[in-house]
Amino acid sequence: MIKIKVENLNLWYGDFQALKNINLAFEEKQITAIIGPSGCGKSTLLRVFNRMNDLVEGIHMTGEVTINGSNILSKRVDLVTLRKKVGMVFQRPNPFPLSIYENIAFGPKIHNHGKSREIAQIVESSLKSVLLWDDLKDKLQESALQLSLEQKQRLCIARLIAVKPDILLMDEPCSTLDPQATDRIEDLMRELKNNYSIVIVTHNMQQAARISDKTAFLLLGELMEYGETTQVFTNPKNSKTEDYITGRYG
Amino acid sequence: MMSSRTSEKIAFLFLFLATLLIVVPVGLIIVIIIQKGWPAISWEFVSDIPRQGMRAGGIFPAIVGTIYIVLGSIIFALPIGLLAAIYLSEYAKNNYLNRMIKLAIVNLAGVPSVVYGLFGLAIFVIFFKFGASILSGSLTLAIMILPIIITTSREALESVPYSFREVSYSIGASKWQTIRHIVLPNAIPGILTGTILGLGRAAGETAPILFTVAAFYLPQLPKSLFDQAMALPYHLYVISTQVPNVDEKVRYGTALVLLFLVLFMNLVAIIIRYQFRKKKKW
Repeated sequence: MIKIKVENLNLWYGDFQALKNINLAFEEKQITAIIGPSGCGKSTLLRVFNRMNDLVEGIHMTGEVTINGSNILSKRVDLVTLRKKVGMVFQRPNPFPLSIYENIAFGPKIHNHGKSREIAQIVESSLKSVLLWDDLKDKLQESALQLSLEQKQRLCIARLIAVKPDILLMDEPCSTLDPQATDRIEDLMRELKNNYSIVIVTHNMQQAARISDKTAFLLLGELMEYGETTQVFTNPKNSKTEDYITGRYG
Repeated sequence: MMSSRTSEKIAFLFLFLATLLIVVPVGLIIVIIIQKGWPAISWEFVSDIPRQGMRAGGIFPAIVGTIYIVLGSIIFALPIGLLAAIYLSEYAKNNYLNRMIKLAIVNLAGVPSVVYGLFGLAIFVIFFKFGASILSGSLTLAIMILPIIITTSREALESVPYSFREVSYSIGASKWQTIRHIVLPNAIPGILTGTILGLGRAAGETAPILFTVAAFYLPQLPKSLFDQAMALPYHLYVISTQVPNVDEKVRYGTALVLLFLVLFMNLVAIIIRYQFRKKKKW
């Protein structure tokens, strides 16, 4: 089933066109990787899906992006509802300067998800789903800032899961982590794929090849190629894709 | 050509002397005030009303008056200043008008305090008919310290990392929820710094209270917001220039009490700030 559908999407920062006529469809409960060199618009595209680009002044979009059947670029879209459904993991792990417990309880609290007992349950199940519960269950009241980078990034994913999204956007989630930690986060993503549709932006082509079902290759704001990951990496249709994945530029 | 060792020594010497030049007068002021004022300090001095034309007795009404006026000004200035700071840092668009407003507020902090005194006289005492009263004095001082509170609060709010707001929005929090739960708690130490500066300034000023609240001699405590009150800075001015033959130790004793009072209020605010800083861990 198609989860996100992008049709004729154009995006400008002032006069600069960052995305040019993008057409894409992302499948439900799959991992889709967006790759491309710096400045190709991959993060910009990711931030279209939860309308985080709205925070930038002078942005302008045309086209249609459909999530769960409604056009999220419409003026009438409720951003709170959209962002509850479409969560984002950022490049730098960024827990709030609060306790581990409060970091995860933040989302349920602002969305009024019930009483403190229910919230405690949400905290527990969210931490379990990112495999942090066993390590952290005795220090929930300690500051989240003393965790390791990997634990922080897991905590940030748990913080998202606590608001019950169905799409997870990941903006280079492993770029600050060491190879072992990256490996374990990738395992987690494979696990999460059973329940969530994941879109990941990455610089790391091996990572895209390892974890994604489909891959989109962007260059200077244009979609060069989109298809099954194995096809894109072994038998690219576009010569520019081949040049990029074989390391001729990027 | 000077060797780098020599120029290092010369630079150090000048930097050190400049610092010494600042530290010495401040230290001397404190030493002299304590030395000359300490003999006057007694339980009677801080708990009794002035007697014999303010040449004897205590300064209790002036202490109480100053506390009332300062607390009054903070009660008015802190909420309004904080709300304005939140608007300016979080909601106001970065356009010409708002930049002018911010600049104007910074500059208002430099307006001579006697101008605020005259303003308070015209607006609160005469126009609103509050008369010379604690209410008028507190409002006048509140307006005087508003720029300090707004400017420091705005800086505190703006120094909260953008990434915290970004995450909060990405989880679906509204702008106000983000401010209320994420930005504000992290800005409290900085906001308290502004409040401390405002407190100190409000407690020590004479000119703004001169026309709006301060009583020359009032040997009783104020009973309502509409009463006049004695205040330490004005009392100090009165016994130093207007009343002949006041013992030197009474004057310095009054200064010492004022100094101590400001120090004490700052200390309370610093302790609160420390408690909040302990919680902030980024």
